[in-house]
Amino acid sequence: MKGYDQQRQKALAKRARVVVFALLGLLVAAFFRAQVSRSSDWLLRSESNRLRSLTLPAPRGIIRDRTGRPMADNIPGYSVSILPAQVDSMLATLNRLREHMEIGEERFQRLEEQVRARGTRPLIVSMDASFDEVAAMEERRTAFPQLLIETRPKRRYPAGRVGAHIVGSVGEINEEELSSEEYEGVEPGRIVGRSGLEAQYDALLQGTPGLRYVEVDASGRIVGSFGGIRTLTEEPGSDIDLNVDLELMEWIHHIFPDSLGGSVVVLDVETGGVLALYSAPAYDPNVFAGVVDPAEWARLERDPVTPLYHRAVMGTYPPGSPWKLATAAIALETGAITPTERMPVPCTGSFRYGNRVARCWDEEGHGSLTLAGAIQHSCNVFFYQAGLEVGLEQLLERANRMGFGDRCGIDLPNQATGTFPADVSFWEERFGARATEGEVLNLAIGQGPNDQSPLKMAQFVVALARDGSAPSPTLYRSAPAEEAWRLEISEESLDAIREGLRRVMGPGGTAHLSSLEHFEVLGKTGTAQSVPGRETHAWFTGMAGRFGEAPDIVVVALVEYGGSGSTVAAPLATKTADYFLRGEYGIPRDTIQTLLEYYNAGRSTQPWVIREGR
Amino acid sequence: MKKSLLPWLGHLPFLAPVLMLSLFGVAMIYSAGVLNIPSPVTQGLWLRQSIVLGGSIVILFAVSRVPVRWFDWTAMPVYIVAVGVLAATLVIGTGAGTAEGVRSFLAIPGFRFQPAEAAKLATVLVVARLLARRDSPPQYLRDLLVPGLLVGLPLVLVLGQPDIGTAMAFVGIFFAVIYWAGTPWPLIVFAASPGVALILSFNTIAWSIGFILVLVGLYLYRYRLYLVESLSVVVANLAAGALAQPLWNSLHDYQRNRLLVFLDPELDPRGDGWHLIQSKVAVGSGGILGKGFTEGTQKRLDFLPEQHTDFIFSVVGEELGFVGTSLTLLLFGYLFFKMIQMAEESQNLFAGLFVFGIMGVWLTHVVVNIGMTVGVVPITGIPLPFISYGGSFLLTSWLAAAIVVAMASDKS
Repeated sequence: MKGYDQQRQKALAKRARVVVFALLGLLVAAFFRAQVSRSSDWLLRSESNRLRSLTLPAPRGIIRDRTGRPMADNIPGYSVSILPAQVDSMLATLNRLREHMEIGEERFQRLEEQVRARGTRPLIVSMDASFDEVAAMEERRTAFPQLLIETRPKRRYPAGRVGAHIVGSVGEINEEELSSEEYEGVEPGRIVGRSGLEAQYDALLQGTPGLRYVEVDASGRIVGSFGGIRTLTEEPGSDIDLNVDLELMEWIHHIFPDSLGGSVVVLDVETGGVLALYSAPAYDPNVFAGVVDPAEWARLERDPVTPLYHRAVMGTYPPGSPWKLATAAIALETGAITPTERMPVPCTGSFRYGNRVARCWDEEGHGSLTLAGAIQHSCNVFFYQAGLEVGLEQLLERANRMGFGDRCGIDLPNQATGTFPADVSFWEERFGARATEGEVLNLAIGQGPNDQSPLKMAQFVVALARDGSAPSPTLYRSAPAEEAWRLEISEESLDAIREGLRRVMGPGGTAHLSSLEHFEVLGKTGTAQSVPGRETHAWFTGMAGRFGEAPDIVVVALVEYGGSGSTVAAPLATKTADYFLRGEYGIPRDTIQTLLEYYNAGRSTQPWVIREGR
Repeated sequence: MKKSLLPWLGHLPFLAPVLMLSLFGVAMIYSAGVLNIPSPVTQGLWLRQSIVLGGSIVILFAVSRVPVRWFDWTAMPVYIVAVGVLAATLVIGTGAGTAEGVRSFLAIPGFRFQPAEAAKLATVLVVARLLARRDSPPQYLRDLLVPGLLVGLPLVLVLGQPDIGTAMAFVGIFFAVIYWAGTPWPLIVFAASPGVALILSFNTIAWSIGFILVLVGLYLYRYRLYLVESLSVVVANLAAGALAQPLWNSLHDYQRNRLLVFLDPELDPRGDGWHLIQSKVAVGSGGILGKGFTEGTQKRLDFLPEQHTDFIFSVVGEELGFVGTSLTLLLFGYLFFKMIQMAEESQNLFAGLFVFGIMGVWLTHVVVNIGMTVGVVPITGIPLPFISYGGSFLLTSWLAAAIVVAMASDKS
């Protein structure tokens, strides 16, 4: 062969070896750098590549009534989420999902924004998918590789409409809250309390979510164990035991006139605990258990009977005659009257003050009355004079101290502030004129610029049923019972007021027919003017217990546009009290409860009074 | 001289690493098929590769006994056929001339036969044959013209497919063969200068410095060059600078992106940077000892692209760690040293040129393929000899090994 030269080949081979050694050495160096020097960085990267952290929602605490019956608990629901992946692929999956489940246009657009804004977290498409939807998607598992279908605790409200206003509702945390300080570090999709006790005790009920990691492949689908690796176990929220008696609430719901709105409040005299806080009409809270359906919400909001409105704490109504008890308490407190004193002017059906003639409701007149008699007959003329004795300024000051211009402090996030003038400047601001002393006439009989919620009235009656001190009403049994205010009033004076209330229920009293066989009820009916052209609001405020003993409970009933307090509100309240007290004292319950019902049923021809000695 | 009945027996030091790499390849192809979500496509590939390997060994026995002059005679016809097939591929395969078009042309069902693989072998043969016939080593640039054209023709054809990786293998052939033919290194540098200028021209200053260095070199080497040659080098360098932009524009988007993300993978981490990043993550997370055979998470979870072909070495890196990668590179290094030794000891230039040329092809493949898995070389679709899955590539690689044995056994 030509060109063969061994010497040259030796030299070439030598140099070639250097080149090969250099090139491969360079590669070894590159691998050394990647695999030995910087390996931990890459290892971290490969972990974050394959692992996705998912939160394990903690079940919310259970809300129970005083007997342990759940008013809010949890059932397994299905949530549908899309695991984070490329924005385009997430959007495509979201689009295809619409074929299998209902996603409203509005929600769909919000989800799209969420995908674009936050691509690294699972996107919650639905918190409450139906079983059919989930089944349909599970069947097409391969078409939805990035879909994450989880069971997650879903709120259920076994008490339904009856507990709706108290328990309130929950909803998915919104964008605004997510960026707020209060919810720092909270992941989207967290369920938070929106109203009622769910909102009030959200921190207690919330619990701590757990954390788990699932392994995903390059296209974002979960591989291996679907449950993933649990690194943090979720802690369920604390359970909450209420003072509320659900059975009693159900009874109230049963007897409440179903075409009317209103409220019945039952408070425990001893503790101020709320035994019942009924509001009608109500709504079914289970529609809000998952993601609030905006259409359903709007429908409820637009509903002319306002079922979302919690009348017991949010509704304020002119209190009418029951407020005369407040006038009496203030007059006694200030010493303007004494329990046995009669007013200078006896009732003749009207009362002349300056150039104004103020009427009593009974044109016949009540004659000369003591406090108890005035309460029994609800005599306006007596209270006009009592009010004048107290004076406008003092009446306002005392009434405000009793919280009539304030919230009553129940453990609910939303409660109405009573409407009551803070001082005399109210008239100047409202009407541009100085208040005349005559304004006291209206206020003294529960008219004028005075609107109170049923709960506020109940709290006031609690003070009368006790020693004059009024604790804040509480739903949660472990909530601290704080004394909100106290009447500076003697036991004798209280007795005088109670005597008046007792007479209301006695023969000749406005609520006599609503008196009970087994229990003593002391109460005051009220028929308060509502808007012109409509029926009056029917009130009953009272207390009940065993004969000859301190009252156990306070009951307030308000029926909007219900008409007469004695025929509509009084039986409602006393039947409520009877139901509860029979349960407390082991007396068999009876559907025939009030005196009127006994008469109608032919069980009795005699008023209860005769039986009082039993 | 008595011809050995089993010529390969004497070349066990060369064949042992070849066989070891091939068996290692089968194992890695098996591992590449072990996914968390099993794919029927990749699962059985190791078995097919084993069958091809068996066939390759049979071919080795046969071909290693063929006399060298047979290769001498057949080199040119084989080259012509191979280039013809390559050209046909471009024409027949609509558009870019895909491998699918070739498969229907060759009508070998179940095999993705790439004519470029055969063309590489034929090119090494024909250029080795040409240079072996010279009386003396190339002294002038014009001596490199014909070899350059012989390599350039298939190079341009595969570039037209377009397949940058295989084109680089042809560049490897050219320089390996002219180097072993004894071409003085300044000539090699001048020959390479337009290509280097092409790369440098992405930066005007870099290209200018390169151009000045070429001019200085030409001046120092002026007595050994014809004026025409010097002018050609200057013109070629200028042309490379001028053509860079149009050439860049003629590239496919994905090719341009691959080059760009090589410079900065985070440029498009979800798109073209994806392959590079995921490969680096796989290799880097393997650490010193690796995650264990078949246990690589990047691979199992499908983060690695083309894990049984072009990116098989990422699987090696992830599962066997630095120990695995450095041992593999050591084995390749041993193989290449062995081949250099065989070329050195060969008794005729044709054999030496061929052995060295094949070494050049494989070295190019190894550096480009393995380099891209750690991001020191841009990503180009080029398989790793003996290890990557691919029937025609394994077969032609063994065929080349067989011819190497045949050539080295020839003591005439």
